[in-house]
Amino acid sequence: MMEGAPNGTSDKDRLTFDWYLDKVVQGLVFLGGISAIVLIVGIFVFITREGLSFAATQLDIIEFFSSPRWRPTSEYRPTYNILAMIAGTASVTGLAMVVAIPFSLGAAIYIAEFATGKTREALKVMVELLAAIPSVVWGFIGLSIMNPLIIELFDVPVGLNILNAGIILGLMAAPIMTSIAEDALKAVPDSYREAAEAMGATRLQVVLKAVLPAAKNGLLGAVLLGVGRGFGETMAVLMATGHSINMPDSIFDSVRALTATIAAELGETAVGSEHYQALFTIGIFLFVITFIINLLADLVVRGVRKG
Amino acid sequence: MVGTVPKLQVRGLAISYGGKPALSGVNLEIRENEIFGIIGPANAGKTSFLKSINRMDDFTVGMKVEGSILFEGKDVRDWRNVYALRQRIGVVFPLPVGLPLGIYDNVALAPRLSGIRRRSQLDDIVERCLTRAALWDEVKDRLNSLGSLLSGGQQQRLTIARALSQSPEILMLDEFSIAVDPVTTMRIEDVLRELRQELTIILVTNLVQQARRLADRTAFFLDGSCVEVGDTEDLFMGKVQSSSTTDYITGRFG
Repeated sequence: MMEGAPNGTSDKDRLTFDWYLDKVVQGLVFLGGISAIVLIVGIFVFITREGLSFAATQLDIIEFFSSPRWRPTSEYRPTYNILAMIAGTASVTGLAMVVAIPFSLGAAIYIAEFATGKTREALKVMVELLAAIPSVVWGFIGLSIMNPLIIELFDVPVGLNILNAGIILGLMAAPIMTSIAEDALKAVPDSYREAAEAMGATRLQVVLKAVLPAAKNGLLGAVLLGVGRGFGETMAVLMATGHSINMPDSIFDSVRALTATIAAELGETAVGSEHYQALFTIGIFLFVITFIINLLADLVVRGVRKG
Repeated sequence: MVGTVPKLQVRGLAISYGGKPALSGVNLEIRENEIFGIIGPANAGKTSFLKSINRMDDFTVGMKVEGSILFEGKDVRDWRNVYALRQRIGVVFPLPVGLPLGIYDNVALAPRLSGIRRRSQLDDIVERCLTRAALWDEVKDRLNSLGSLLSGGQQQRLTIARALSQSPEILMLDEFSIAVDPVTTMRIEDVLRELRQELTIILVTNLVQQARRLADRTAFFLDGSCVEVGDTEDLFMGKVQSSSTTDYITGRFG
């Protein structure tokens, strides 16, 4: 008839090799997607199997959450209560967000909206490099640099405390939050900026009035992912908090995080013992918290798509 | 010339998005080798109509199509190989989409997908399609530069060249001149008149005079229904069934 690809003239609706290939690849990709669900369900089943029977039969749930006494190795009467650790994790994560949110949003806005050319490229590479620093290195910095610095500056006996861990965790979370926030800002179409600029808006006004409202959900998502990161982080907080069971009343108190407790103690418990099962109960709690945070982040980001 | 063989028969077509009707009760046929114009104000359902024909509704969550669309006697939704269907019914969208490939590669994409590898054959297709889309002279010396860097009007012609590269039997154009200057619009209109020898064209347009210049027959869509279908000259001469058609054509609303 005319130029281009030949069409099958006799039976035009035939299933070609490409069609079958498409179906096969769709199947494989589907398996890839499903595997994530299978894994998450598998992990959940594993930790609940190890921890749930203990939590359901021997544990007083109200006391578990409301008493700070975690004495797993007491000869007389071991107790497994996690309020102190929840306070530890929450205070460190909270302080980390106070540090990380201004840093990361500022960096993201600078990179996405103000920096140009080489500065911008260099910054992006740096931020990604920062994100790749292993958490044990951060913990090491907390232990060997921040610790003496805090003792010196604030004249406190111990430098391994909420302040130390919060700053370390904040600096750790900031690069990833920056990356995600910058992606959110970059996803705002240039036409929005042009439309605002065309009305004589200054750079700052463009950012405040056009870009930030459009990127709002993505930025919130970045913050929530940072919070999730804070809850889940183990090694750096283990090294920088001081790791002592304590209800904190100031940022100079040493605390202990939920994750760090599992990491430090699981290796020394007998499999199946009460202590072992109590650690798994903490695991269930962490899993649920992380799940909720991620779900929230997902719902927030999904708000973008709905417009 | 315009044949009388129906290429597409649309019967009782109704389209809704998440339960909200967008178009309903469309009955019309589109004949082989004609230019079929569709005019009507915004939100009349023109684009939804095009989407349903080559099953782009598969992409749109919540979009539901009822009724039948017979393409050479077979309902498009009965096609097992939807990709083969889309190869035969090409679309040009209102805003040009230059894929992030070279100009040459943009046009050669579809032929390559269907297995044409010989360079001379590809060269031939690319040159002919670009010539038909009135773009060849402007780009022949820089075929490898990025298609997405062309101007809006050039990108639109590139899109048309790309749509032609897989020899569709039906070419649907959705307000193609929205981002194109008047001179280029006229050149593309000439191209469409020539293409009528070889394929069937469905032309959705906001410019009623463009429909008059090009279309053999024209349908008037209004508020989610097809008000009437008739020979374009009849509609413009006032031989209409509904006075709203004349009102729209003469610019009294819309």
